[in-house]
Amino acid sequence: MKTILLPFLNFSESTSGRVVPPSGFTAQLTVITSAAMAFLAVFALALSMATGRLAERWGNELARGSTVRISAPAEQVDAQVAAALKVLETTPGVAAARLLSEEEETLLLEPWFGPDLPLDTLPLPALIDVQETSDGFDAEGLRLRLAGEAPGAVLDDHSRWRKPLLRAAERLRFLGVLSLILIAGVTGGMITLAANAALAANGQVIRTLRLVGATDRFIAGAFVRRFTLRGLSGALIGTFLGMIAVALLPSADEAGSFLTGLGFVGAQWLWPLAIPVLAALVAFAATRVAASQTLRRLM
Amino acid sequence: MIEFHDAGYGYGGRELLTEMSLTLAPGSFHFLTGPSGTGKTTFLKLCYRELQATAGRVSIFDEDTRGMERDDVAQLRRRIGVVHQDCQFLDHLSVAENVALPLTVSGQPRDDGDLSDLLSWVGLSEQINARPPELSGGERQRAALARAVIMSPDVILADEPTGNVDWEMSLRLLQLLIELNRMGKTVVIATHDLHLIRQAKSQVAARVLRISNRRIQQSGADL
Ligand SMILES: Nc1ncnc2c1ncn2[C@@H]1O[C@H](COP(=O)(O)OP(=O)(O)O)[C@@H](O)[C@H]1O
Ligand SMILES: [Mg+2]
Repeated sequence: MKTILLPFLNFSESTSGRVVPPSGFTAQLTVITSAAMAFLAVFALALSMATGRLAERWGNELARGSTVRISAPAEQVDAQVAAALKVLETTPGVAAARLLSEEEETLLLEPWFGPDLPLDTLPLPALIDVQETSDGFDAEGLRLRLAGEAPGAVLDDHSRWRKPLLRAAERLRFLGVLSLILIAGVTGGMITLAANAALAANGQVIRTLRLVGATDRFIAGAFVRRFTLRGLSGALIGTFLGMIAVALLPSADEAGSFLTGLGFVGAQWLWPLAIPVLAALVAFAATRVAASQTLRRLM
Repeated sequence: MIEFHDAGYGYGGRELLTEMSLTLAPGSFHFLTGPSGTGKTTFLKLCYRELQATAGRVSIFDEDTRGMERDDVAQLRRRIGVVHQDCQFLDHLSVAENVALPLTVSGQPRDDGDLSDLLSWVGLSEQINARPPELSGGERQRAALARAVIMSPDVILADEPTGNVDWEMSLRLLQLLIELNRMGKTVVIATHDLHLIRQAKSQVAARVLRISNRRIQQSGADL
């Protein structure tokens, strides 16, 4: 296979691989398309992994924790906090209840509103962090008791906003996986088209090979080897570039927003390496099917 | 070796050859002759099952060609060496690679010593690395002959091997085919060159098959 754009792919093939003449531009197009698809696949994979992590984190962190928010005139806040804490201490299913300090509250809100939150000028409610036991508490009963003891207290058990967020994260993850499947499908389709074009362009070569006793298996093999190599080498390049692009994304800490968590963590960096293997498999299968169909048709 | 039983062939219903019954015995030497367009190439194609008889039956190596699978046909082609009228080379490969192509497609190792012996036997030692389009007509025919015999086939079919070469080269090609016949190969040469047939008859017990009136007529010594 001779390429102008990608000279480092200029590996030598055995004679049985060279029985089909090289097809310069089509070959390069296959490699480049495969590279582009692999690049996209890296992002789809990163999206699935990031949303997967996000869903897991929200699921874990928020399932257990609830908050009691107390909004009351300044002079009543302390009394109501004390009353609410007392109620919580005596509620079955509550493991611990703790008033959050102002700094903690700032940290909690920062991801949502940014670091420059003018806390002093905002009338922030007091927040009590409630840890449940594994059995959990009866939210409705607690709400009623809080309403009696501390009228400014509102129990926020997170599930109200956690659920749609979780759903969104899971939906995003599904879309990421769907994108991966679509990318694999498009790659397969593209390789099928390219292989069919190559088979059609080499009708005379195929006839000559038949005349000297080549089986369908041999002829198909020459095409399959070639397109598998092209799919593989393109995907290697695309995956490599995609991984670099993901690695160069601004990190979550710097930007301070949860949306920038797109990327791979630790061993997840091994996952994109499956993309070239998958691309080679798709190319192999697509060419195999195209070749066996065409060869049966071409008597 | 190859048997025709009342076989016939027609392209798209129009009958070209009919009522052919004959046997090409092992070790025999046949000429196939007749004016251009009478069906010599078609007859040879029936002999290596590029075509299937549309009437009657053709057996090759005692096997009825009608029931053959595609892979069986591929195996058959490895036992029959064909020198095609238009040679049929792969222009992107060298002469040596083209000559060795039957070995390549059947997955057999290529012995470079044997290959260069074969190429010097047909007088192409100088052209080993040339591409087929660079060869002259006679060189192409000799390369095609070398490719036809590289698998050491039992049968050699040559379709107008002397079609566009001068008399001297024709004799040289004929000599190579006679040598092969002396080694026990069954040889069939399609030609309309009667001089060539006369020349051969002085050296080998050649039979002549003449296509006339859509039928094959066998003639012995009479020419
Ligand atoms: N593939 C084909 N389709 C239709 N007609 C054909 C085909 N090949 C050959 N013919 C016709 O069959 C006749 C015999 O052809 P051919 O066997 O090549 O004759 P020869 O080799 O004796 O010159 C010719 O009239 C030719 O036009
Ligand atoms: Mg002819």
